Amino acid sequence: MGRELNVELAGLRLANPTMLAAGILGMTSLSLRRVAEAGAGAVVTKSVGLKPRRGYMNPTLVKTDCGYLNAMGLPNPGIGYFEREIREAKTIGCPIIVSVYGFSVEEFVEVAKRASQVGADALELNFSCPHVEKTGSEIGQDPRLLKTIAKAVKKEVDSPVFAKLTPDVASIIECARAAEQGGADAITAINTVRAMAINAETTKPILGNQFGGLSGPALKNIALRCVFEIYRETKLPIIGCGGISRWRDAVEFMLAGAAAVQVGTAISSIGLEVFRSINDGIEAYLATKGFDSVREIVGLSHRC
Amino acid sequence: MVYHTDVDCLRIVRIKKTKAEGSRARTLAFDDENCRKAIPGQFVMVWIPGLDEIPMSISCSPSNEVSITVEKVGQATEALCELKRDDQIGIRGPFGNGFSIAEKGCVLIAGGGTGLIPLAFLGEKLIEFPVKTTFLAGAKTKDQLLFQDRIKSLTRTSETKMVVTTDDGSCGLKCVVTEPVKKLLAKKRFDMIYTCGPEPMMHKMFLLSEQHNLPLQASLERFMRCSVGMCGSCMVGGFRVCQDGPVFTREQLHSVEIEFGHSKLDLDGRNTKI
Repeated sequence: MGRELNVELAGLRLANPTMLAAGILGMTSLSLRRVAEAGAGAVVTKSVGLKPRRGYMNPTLVKTDCGYLNAMGLPNPGIGYFEREIREAKTIGCPIIVSVYGFSVEEFVEVAKRASQVGADALELNFSCPHVEKTGSEIGQDPRLLKTIAKAVKKEVDSPVFAKLTPDVASIIECARAAEQGGADAITAINTVRAMAINAETTKPILGNQFGGLSGPALKNIALRCVFEIYRETKLPIIGCGGISRWRDAVEFMLAGAAAVQVGTAISSIGLEVFRSINDGIEAYLATKGFDSVREIVGLSHRC
Repeated sequence: MVYHTDVDCLRIVRIKKTKAEGSRARTLAFDDENCRKAIPGQFVMVWIPGLDEIPMSISCSPSNEVSITVEKVGQATEALCELKRDDQIGIRGPFGNGFSIAEKGCVLIAGGGTGLIPLAFLGEKLIEFPVKTTFLAGAKTKDQLLFQDRIKSLTRTSETKMVVTTDDGSCGLKCVVTEPVKKLLAKKRFDMIYTCGPEPMMHKMFLLSEQHNLPLQASLERFMRCSVGMCGSCMVGGFRVCQDGPVFTREQLHSVEIEFGHSKLDLDGRNTKI
């Protein structure tokens, strides 16, 4: 068919618009390599902080009627250890984006700087993890703080900086504008929605942490709305994320304004083949509709 | 491959029956439709409400009785061992690939400690086929040796031979289980080797299979969280133990020789020595 799938994202060149979402696999360079071999256009690592974290007690994941609920608790080896994994991941054949979290402006800056120094092609600031106190969505719900951190990181690193936003806010547009004013190069929308699960038979909350983040098909139409709004209100490229498992989902996100899409939960239901399957589907869609490149459909639904 | 099924939904089951297995372990029987279809080597995630969720090897007896066998090694396993009839636990799974069953020829099974849990289930499946099995069962001491009764009953109804080893000599041969394996492999050819147990033991079995150029399947254990191939907590090389394993072939283990037998991911994602 020969339709072009390659996209440009805040200066990065991706062979196709599918990316591995943060938190999924991504704890080791070999897991990132496996995803790259499965056809992802770029990979995002697990969120890494200044110090190692062991995460929460199990259950850390439970299936819901329409997706998964997880509260891993940001387990990660800390940037000091992870530098080696980033270096080793440099040869996987696609851009590697390091997801960064911190409990302060200074922590964000230090982790981002060190990740960038060892070769991260871009950084994705985690302003949206819904289940760890004093970081993640607690930062993402404060547009001023979000802007301060984005600005501080941008000042110290040359790599492109993405801001990953939470939908758990009154106005995601306000957060996206804050990221734009802070100098972010792109926006990832969205992270999981804060949620919980209770078991009737035992009368107990299921997750070890009680609260977690809802992912999967339940999120899709919320995420789609967020991408549409952010595209309309800012000039930043957007990476769509939330409930994408088939080519049709990916196309809809791109029509809403996403320049690329991230896939996470679908890896459990479909397998790592999900990247090739989405790309094949997008290519067939472009051929049917008479487009030469996937870039032509970005934001198209706004022009109707 | 599509994994999407209802096996990963959490179900609450009641304990039907419990049985002491030596001095440190208990078998908990319960009923669950998905677990009745389990393959030896597969595992379930067991939720102890309000406490923890841990991976456990699943067994299904010839009379369709589903069970897990738990050895006390920490808080969660101790809580499981305290459970009585009618108590509730949560189950997700069965997950993973399980052993691929040799349908003919000579088979060697060698396991140690709790590694005997999937292997006893495997031995019971193998007797449905014209297979000659040599079953080597090891433990530290006699009262930690699991399933002597189940393995012994295989020798009465099928062409199964049994060899028992204990580290202290309180039952069977006084040696580690890999010692009689070495002798057997020196004089006899096997069509398949199955192993499960402490990783240094499985690593020895792997080296023996390499030396004699014999096919091997080994069931690995790692920290698990999601168990559906998403979180990456159980990676060995590029493999997810929960979905690509837990059973790996000799060739697969060869490809991850840097890690297998030497190190594993800790809960914080750092590779630590085994």
